[in-house]
Amino acid sequence: MKYLILIYRNPQSREIWENMSPAEQAAGYDAYAAFTEELMATGELIVSEALADPSLSKRVTVRGGRAVPTDGPFAEAKEQLAGIFLVECDSIDRAVQIAARMPGAEHLDVDVRPVLHLAETEP
Amino acid sequence: MTGGYEVERLLRELAPQVLGILVRRFDGFDICEDAVQEALLAAALQWPREGVPDNPKGWLVTVATRRRTEMWRADTARRRRELSAAALAAPQPEPAPSIDDTLTLLLLCCHPSLTTASQVALTLRAVGGLTTAEIARAFLMPEATVAQRISRAKQRIKGSGAGFHLPPPDQLATRVSAALRVLYLIFNEGYTASSGPALHRVELSTEAIRLTRQLQKQRPADGEVAGLLALMLLTDARRPARTGPDGTLVPLAEQDRGLWDGAAIAEGVALITHALAATPVGPYQLQAAIAAVHDEAARADDTDWRQILALYDLLNRVEPGPMVTLNRIVAIAMVEGPAAGLRQLLAHESDPVLAGHYRVDAVRAHLLELAGDHEGARAHYERAAVRTLSLPERRYLRSRASRLVTTGPGPAARVATRPE
Repeated sequence: MKYLILIYRNPQSREIWENMSPAEQAAGYDAYAAFTEELMATGELIVSEALADPSLSKRVTVRGGRAVPTDGPFAEAKEQLAGIFLVECDSIDRAVQIAARMPGAEHLDVDVRPVLHLAETEP
Repeated sequence: MTGGYEVERLLRELAPQVLGILVRRFDGFDICEDAVQEALLAAALQWPREGVPDNPKGWLVTVATRRRTEMWRADTARRRRELSAAALAAPQPEPAPSIDDTLTLLLLCCHPSLTTASQVALTLRAVGGLTTAEIARAFLMPEATVAQRISRAKQRIKGSGAGFHLPPPDQLATRVSAALRVLYLIFNEGYTASSGPALHRVELSTEAIRLTRQLQKQRPADGEVAGLLALMLLTDARRPARTGPDGTLVPLAEQDRGLWDGAAIAEGVALITHALAATPVGPYQLQAAIAAVHDEAARADDTDWRQILALYDLLNRVEPGPMVTLNRIVAIAMVEGPAAGLRQLLAHESDPVLAGHYRVDAVRAHLLELAGDHEGARAHYERAAVRTLSLPERRYLRSRASRLVTTGPGPAARVATRPE
């Protein structure tokens, strides 16, 4: 089963991150790299991405067949989607276990969403 | 491209044999597997254009051996400083043994140190001869992810110290049953509606049947192997009738049975009949027997539900599980009436394995529909639709719900469930 793990940051987590020393931030990146590496080794990771700053996002509105991209209202939102992990594992319990080990999880909000599949029945 | 399909079939057939020969000759399952994959890719490009060589297996062994030597040299050069000079001498090729290593390969790919997803990917590539790209398309995954999964899985096998030989006799049964589980997973994954992205999907269920058939030839006395093959054939036989023109699922009771594949049914019935008579009973055999009872009914109303119930009783003893419990309840409803089924459902729904499962709602909806309670049925179909993770199943459950809205209360509907 595939699960999407969504990582949200909030003003507090942002502040904590920004107040870290460069060495602490480097250690943070290393922790993510090691975590990603570990999930690759178990064969559970499908893809993971970190998202750029919300101020760079566009919202696309299609009305009357015309697409109108605008700067998203995201920058004002308190909770920001910061990154995703798409994993494949045997149960949601395992996905939750993975999510809980996300570096920095103490300060972030992490959601686990099951992904729909095309098989006709569930295993 | 008249030869394309034939070439593909031939390559998949030869893939595990060639890999077996290489591993026996050179050792080092991981590099040999990569080398064979490259030889297969080369053949897939060359053979349809230039014709199949007189000795296709020999051609693949030669090309794979050459690639393996190149890879081995590159690898060795990298590690030269770490390795003793003795390791630099290429091993002497030995004549190919005539034994079939496909079973050894399959069991290695389903090694207990691997996650299920890795077992599936590695089996399809090393035993099934599929390319990484084909596997990625079949599972809707990036090719790089599958490639990495396969190479990590091979490292893991290497790390576990598992050699290229059959497990000791006392472990063989467990290891074969792990392989059966992987094959059944592949089969079910492939058992999808033939629409949309399915266009370019490798027929995983066909592939699973082929590999199980191969396994059955090597383990003819194993009743569970025969049982699984029979189960796949008897299920796959209904495929032409399983989806409507709009791609939605057609439940068993409403399928046009004239579309079922009679040859597959006959083969499945023969297999399961023989297995049940000649070998100790097991869960795959029982599921196959249930599928056979369904397949042998000329009309849904002719289904021998008493026999199905008896088989579920047995299955419940041999290998209990949530699906067995629920399907058994449906069988009870069909034999004793929906009220009896609903009573059983009430008694079981708080079992820890069933609590919160969308299938409980789906079964309750079905039984309520049979009992004529359309309002209740609709609500439970909706609840089940929200909770399932299967897209085709969700569509199916929604359509049942909306059908009850449009027809309104009326005479009890026909049997409309999908337990199989």
